[in-house]
Amino acid sequence: MSAPEVTVIEDIRPLIALVAPLIGLIGIVWAGEKRRNLRETFTFLAAIVQASAVLSMVPLLLGGGIIEFHIWQIFTNVPLLLRVDGFGLLFACVASLLWIATTVYAIGYMRGLHEHAQTRFYSFFAISLSATMGVAFSANLLTIYFFYEMLSVSTFPLVTHMQDKEARTGGRTYLGYLLFTSLCLLLPALSWCYVWLDGGTVTMDFLADTGKVGEFSQTTQIILLALFTFGFAKAGLMPLHSWLPGAMVAPTPVSALLHAVAVVKVGVFCVIRVYSDIFGTEVLRELDGEDWLIGIACATILISSLIALSQDNLKRRLAFSTIGQLGYVVLGATLATDMGIGGSVLHIAMHACGKITLFFCAGAIFVASGKKYVSQLRGLGRRMPITMGAFMIGSLSVIGLPPLGGFVSKWYIALGALDRDAIWVVGVLLVSSLLNVFYLLPVAVTAFFRTDETEENPGIQEAPMACVVPLALTALGCFVLFFLSDPLLRLVKIIE
Amino acid sequence: MMENAIAWILIFPLFGSVACAILGMGNKKICYPIAVLSMAGSLWAGIEALRQVIASEEHTISYIFGGWTLDQYPRGVGIEFYADILGILITLVVLGVGLIVAIYSKLPVQEETPGKEPLFYTLFLLQITGLAGICLTGDAFNLYVLIEVAALTGYGLIAMGSNRAAAATFNYVMLGTIGASLYLLGVGYIYIKTGTLNMIGIQQAIEANGLADSATMQVAFVLVGIGILIKMAFFPFHAWLPNAYCNAPTTTSCLLAPLVTKVMIYVMIRMVLSVFGVEFSFESTMWVDVMPWLVVVAILCAAVMALAQREIKRMLAYLIVAEVGYMVGGIWIYNYYGFIGSIFHIISDACMTLCLFLGAGLILRKAKTTKFDGLRGLFGKMPLTMTGFFIGGFSIIGLPPTCGFFSKWYLITGGMVSQRWEYMVVLMFSTMVMVVLFFRLIERIHLAVTESGENLGHGHGDLGLNAEQTRFDEGPLSMLIPLLVSATIVIVVGIYNQDVVSLIEIFLSDYNLPRGTGH
Repeated sequence: MSAPEVTVIEDIRPLIALVAPLIGLIGIVWAGEKRRNLRETFTFLAAIVQASAVLSMVPLLLGGGIIEFHIWQIFTNVPLLLRVDGFGLLFACVASLLWIATTVYAIGYMRGLHEHAQTRFYSFFAISLSATMGVAFSANLLTIYFFYEMLSVSTFPLVTHMQDKEARTGGRTYLGYLLFTSLCLLLPALSWCYVWLDGGTVTMDFLADTGKVGEFSQTTQIILLALFTFGFAKAGLMPLHSWLPGAMVAPTPVSALLHAVAVVKVGVFCVIRVYSDIFGTEVLRELDGEDWLIGIACATILISSLIALSQDNLKRRLAFSTIGQLGYVVLGATLATDMGIGGSVLHIAMHACGKITLFFCAGAIFVASGKKYVSQLRGLGRRMPITMGAFMIGSLSVIGLPPLGGFVSKWYIALGALDRDAIWVVGVLLVSSLLNVFYLLPVAVTAFFRTDETEENPGIQEAPMACVVPLALTALGCFVLFFLSDPLLRLVKIIE
Repeated sequence: MMENAIAWILIFPLFGSVACAILGMGNKKICYPIAVLSMAGSLWAGIEALRQVIASEEHTISYIFGGWTLDQYPRGVGIEFYADILGILITLVVLGVGLIVAIYSKLPVQEETPGKEPLFYTLFLLQITGLAGICLTGDAFNLYVLIEVAALTGYGLIAMGSNRAAAATFNYVMLGTIGASLYLLGVGYIYIKTGTLNMIGIQQAIEANGLADSATMQVAFVLVGIGILIKMAFFPFHAWLPNAYCNAPTTTSCLLAPLVTKVMIYVMIRMVLSVFGVEFSFESTMWVDVMPWLVVVAILCAAVMALAQREIKRMLAYLIVAEVGYMVGGIWIYNYYGFIGSIFHIISDACMTLCLFLGAGLILRKAKTTKFDGLRGLFGKMPLTMTGFFIGGFSIIGLPPTCGFFSKWYLITGGMVSQRWEYMVVLMFSTMVMVVLFFRLIERIHLAVTESGENLGHGHGDLGLNAEQTRFDEGPLSMLIPLLVSATIVIVVGIYNQDVVSLIEIFLSDYNLPRGTGH
């Protein structure tokens, strides 16, 4: 994705984006439960500093440069290096901007439900966002691995926030899957590259070492590819997806930002990095056994959509929908064409905006009415018109209808499939979109067009403003992203 | 004084122990400052010695006690202290751990063994003398003497513990003595064959006289090897360790757990590389074929046994047995990275075990129990202690950027280069066991759920405890600060691992070890 002849600028801004939440963390802990307004101010400040550091790098990137920051020489020839390229920056923008929205939302949600241990909640949230930035800006495989592990561990207290039996089950599944894959699949793969790649002098750099895996035998390459693909289990590829529905026991802001945007997108981000910058599209296309990965991605898309159809719990339905949408991103990467990978990258942003809206809505419904199940939503459209309207927009974007963001990325993934002469993949995309319609639209339709006879109409009862404003904004974002798709594509160098 | 830094390393604790014994008769309170000061002095001498070793041309310095000459061939019988980079690194670990534990010991020693302070600190400092001496001596028989110094003082230190400590000590005495005797027997065979006890002398004699195929030397190797394996609690010779460490006083387990087994790993590396030589150890014996498999069994069993424990200290004791397996494996997979991993793991395992045992001591003091069931809500009560403790735990699991990640990385890389897949798989397995062990602890502290899944609280973070049980109540600073320092060291050693590894690489460059295709 990144052309080799770019100018490299040494700049501290990636580090600022990384460290801002950690400094904010000190303020959050210092302010504590008793001064909660001050505490939330620190979260805000951290989020705003992070977002402005990230956004200020956009012009440089559009001007054709990349930014590097060398933190520490961690191994003899592998440094802990931050590098900002278009792909990483796009992801960082999405995560940091949505963090601001989520912070507002979390204030409404957590206070509305009188949740306990909010200081712990905001603290670990900040650490997770720092780790997310680290992944987005990593320049080599070891750096990415460091932040990847940091993210797994720092989200555990968020997943088990409720501290009850359900939380224990969810937390165990969560860590079990994530740490098993990263320690037992990823680490050997990294070690393999470190020892054998290029006579052992390799830095596993995303820019300098693209395609060097090609010197291995075909079998080795396939094994490595599988270890990487499944090792990054945050990508939620089947059969290693069960942690995501399990993690839905977390409070909704966590499900919204972490389990629809940050954590899962880190997974697919890493997969795309490995595919496009460690293997490289040419090596991948020549790899014989790579087709079955396309198959697994397609199977994930279809199976998870079918499971989503059967879920009555709204958050679980959204979780399975997320697994399917992550399948799209992996699919685009496995196609190993520029268009496909470009579509994947875009889908990270598009799906993030759509899915976070849906989760915000699910949380707002829970705060306002205590309802968790799709079957309970009858007549809710009249009580919560803004929320359900936003839900509708989010659904349409995830389904992929113009003029909403989700359309653009699906379009490019389809183009990538055509480049690869894989017509059947386009068929899968169509079927899956249809399934998306089946499991998402009924939610909004039930809420708007079916009335609940047992309850009288109590008038409008929206969730607190702090919940409604962010979800309205992200719903608006789905429109904006559609019209912004051109500069976004330029950012990731798909079009010049 | 500067040029005798190696001698000063030992003189400080040795004379400190004498001072404790004599002055302690008059005033018991003077023992603690003496212990801390002699450890600080010794550490200072150790750092000075490291600087000298790095500055010297051959990266070694030698000090001959009593002026016995070593000129004649073979290098003669005498007390030579010989510090190369490996020796001095491990010595520094011993001294650093010793200093931290000495500072930590103030309250536990007063409370757990009242009235016995002079005795305790005398043995404490002698223990350090023995352990540091093991790392520095250049003489195989002298090594035996120092092993016994460390062991005998260790028996004394452990026996001061709870009622069951006496039985545990007796068990330890029996196995420890068998191990030391086997080692001594082996040294006897070596002396018969080579006519010298000096380590360099032995190595020269083996090369000069072509003793690689000598049956006597083979027997000597096996005797020395098994003796060391018993001493380091390598499975199945581990039976003495869990009871000894769990029933010992807090300070004793904090001192012995990080050091004793690790120093014996050092002895194994020293024997394999410097005394018998790479060629003899890896080409002429069967060990290189057998040991990796024994290691696999050892790690597997130790990890499973750790999983079965319901008490923090016992769990940690079995973890040590598993970690011993890691390091022995690193040696016998026989390549450059394995050795880096093993040596680096000696250092990092000492740091993280120290951190965990210091934490366990604090937990025991405040919660009055180290059983898993009594830990609920401890994070709210003592957040700093638990943070320190879990940094140690994360390091044992091997999460970056703690030092445990880097040693594990080199060990895995070593397994990769030698293509010992069984070793790699068992490393992965035990890593997962450690994940279960520590996150089970975190769960137990963090959640309001019993083992059987019964909810104790009423939702919304209610842990089912009263206000008194969750009130912020950290341990005393004299114990808390050493814990936090050791937790910081765990991270700093991880971040600065390059500096340590480059020293280890200088040491290993003298030996001809296979490196795989890379580098």
